[in-house]
Amino acid sequence: MISSSLIPCGQFKTTYGADTTIFLTPASRYWCLAGVLLAATAPLVLSNYLLALLIQIGFFGIAALGLNILVGCTGQISLGHAAFFGFGAFASAWLNNTWGVPVLLAIPLAGIMTTLLGLLFGIPAGRLKGLYLAIATFASQFILEDFFSRANWFTGGSSGAMAGPISLFGTELSGDKAFFYVVLFFVVVMFLLGTNLLRTRDGRAFVAVRDHYLSAEVMGINLTKYRILSFGISSFYAGVGGALYGHYLGYVSAEGFTILLSIQFLGMIIIGGMGSVMGTLMGTAFMVLLPEGTEAAVSAIKHVTGDIPALTSALAYIKEAAIGLAIVLFLIFEPDGLVHRWRLIKSYWKLYPFSY
Amino acid sequence: MGTSLLLQLVINGLIVGTLYGVVAMCFVLIYKSTQVVNFAQGEFLLIGAWTCWWLVTSMALPFYVAFPLTFVFMMVFGIALQMIVLRPLIGEPVISVIMVTIGLSIFFQAVIKSIFGVWAQPFPEIFPVKSVDVFGLAVQPAYLMSLVVSLVIMVAFAWFFKYSRMGLAMRATAFNQQVAQSLGISVKNVFATAWAISAMVSALAGVVVGMVNGVSSALSFFGIKVFPAVIVGGLDSIVGAIIGGLIIGLLENLAEYADGQYLHVGNLYTVAPFYVLVIILMIKPYGLFGTKTIERV
Repeated sequence: MISSSLIPCGQFKTTYGADTTIFLTPASRYWCLAGVLLAATAPLVLSNYLLALLIQIGFFGIAALGLNILVGCTGQISLGHAAFFGFGAFASAWLNNTWGVPVLLAIPLAGIMTTLLGLLFGIPAGRLKGLYLAIATFASQFILEDFFSRANWFTGGSSGAMAGPISLFGTELSGDKAFFYVVLFFVVVMFLLGTNLLRTRDGRAFVAVRDHYLSAEVMGINLTKYRILSFGISSFYAGVGGALYGHYLGYVSAEGFTILLSIQFLGMIIIGGMGSVMGTLMGTAFMVLLPEGTEAAVSAIKHVTGDIPALTSALAYIKEAAIGLAIVLFLIFEPDGLVHRWRLIKSYWKLYPFSY
Repeated sequence: MGTSLLLQLVINGLIVGTLYGVVAMCFVLIYKSTQVVNFAQGEFLLIGAWTCWWLVTSMALPFYVAFPLTFVFMMVFGIALQMIVLRPLIGEPVISVIMVTIGLSIFFQAVIKSIFGVWAQPFPEIFPVKSVDVFGLAVQPAYLMSLVVSLVIMVAFAWFFKYSRMGLAMRATAFNQQVAQSLGISVKNVFATAWAISAMVSALAGVVVGMVNGVSSALSFFGIKVFPAVIVGGLDSIVGAIIGGLIIGLLENLAEYADGQYLHVGNLYTVAPFYVLVIILMIKPYGLFGTKTIERV
């Protein structure tokens, strides 16, 4: 939500309805539209490498938005998001391979299958909260990981599953350029759904549960229902994101969905800003670009000092350490995330030439 | 063959269980006194074991010098960690605190891997390798020693919390921070001490495990296995942690036995504790010995 101090002059709201629109000001609506249009031109100008990064931001962003609805808006901590992400990827591949469902239909169907799983794993969430829930979801991550490596009929076991390419009206949408538009379409739809959800009765109920669950219950919000529902919705997002991931790589294996990915998802929403839709995208972009940035920094150091073999061999670990360090530093120095920093920048420039 | 294997696994389970118990105790110590869930507990074991290994092999120090030095290092490390990272987070929501320790755990693990590599390194021999005969079963002396060390640590913990001034201060802080502060207890010192003790004792456990299995990143898995143990025992009970550790140690080995003899599903050894964790959380969320919190508005 954009804080009220940032609304420019001349913007008055006279109804509650006007105050809860998706875009608070016409300007933000046009900027958003311009952003989508700009993104749509990206495949024409960007190299395949940069495009691949944008695609990653897309499908991770969808999953991270789900986690943000669960953690940021409902206040339920989940350390097992990567497992649901993986389930979505396997489910979509399974639907496509075993039942011959066209991929474009299999992606939302995989989302629905993941929702059902999420509702099942959300049942403990009806009873647990805070710390205990974190530990329960931590356990579910390990249980699901074990399931992936075991269920041969579903995931192909240790050898993994092939995920076919997306085809539309008989033409195969393979290659980064075509896939980018698919991801862009899903990102726009899912983010619109997410923003809309937070404006509805259910979305407000989530926030009430987060802010003070006892008061929420006193006001007639069914805690168990909304806690489990929140798990379901978050799993839907994870499933769709995971399905896109699977069809993008063309191959799904159980090794991709470890606890580290779950932590990265949490890192995305913490770095971006908890409970903020725009922050989710910012945090995801940060998390995806962080390893690239680290690699660039390491090669810059090597450029100055000459080749250090130890640095090259440790690159993978340096990338991993950077993820941990970024999470710790953000929590200590910017606990409200990038979106908060962005608001500060905006409010600084608001009165720019005549700030006094 | 079946019964002797079973007996061997039970003994193994009890020995590993006491080690789980010790690590769980360290975990509970931090949780009880500072309300922080430490996801980086396994990394304490890792750092302690590697430090000791490095002092013994690269610095060629004798073990009886290296071991106290490791202790001193871990004490400083624990206090520094608490002061630099955890203190700014006092009063922040649970998710921030959890994520900070998870972030630390990733960071330390990556740093350790980049320094020492991913391969297991054997500890130089300190105790004779020849296995000792206990009730007709072969048991490694290092395991026996670990059992003795764990028991000593448990007794020391009991004494510390019952009689020493600092231990009493810690219990008071755990009970209520504001009241403790108004009684003249330095809560800051209590927090730092809790982290220091936890880091030191975890390092001890790390060295013991390292002696038996070799030092490697796999040590940090102890930090993950601690969660089933503390949930079974109750998050804020030290006695519960020990018993939880024993239960999980036994369960793991029995699961392996059942797996190998009857079920043949494979990998049950690692996953069984987590199934137990979820079941316990469903039926008895505060564990066997944890205090039930009653919420009032």
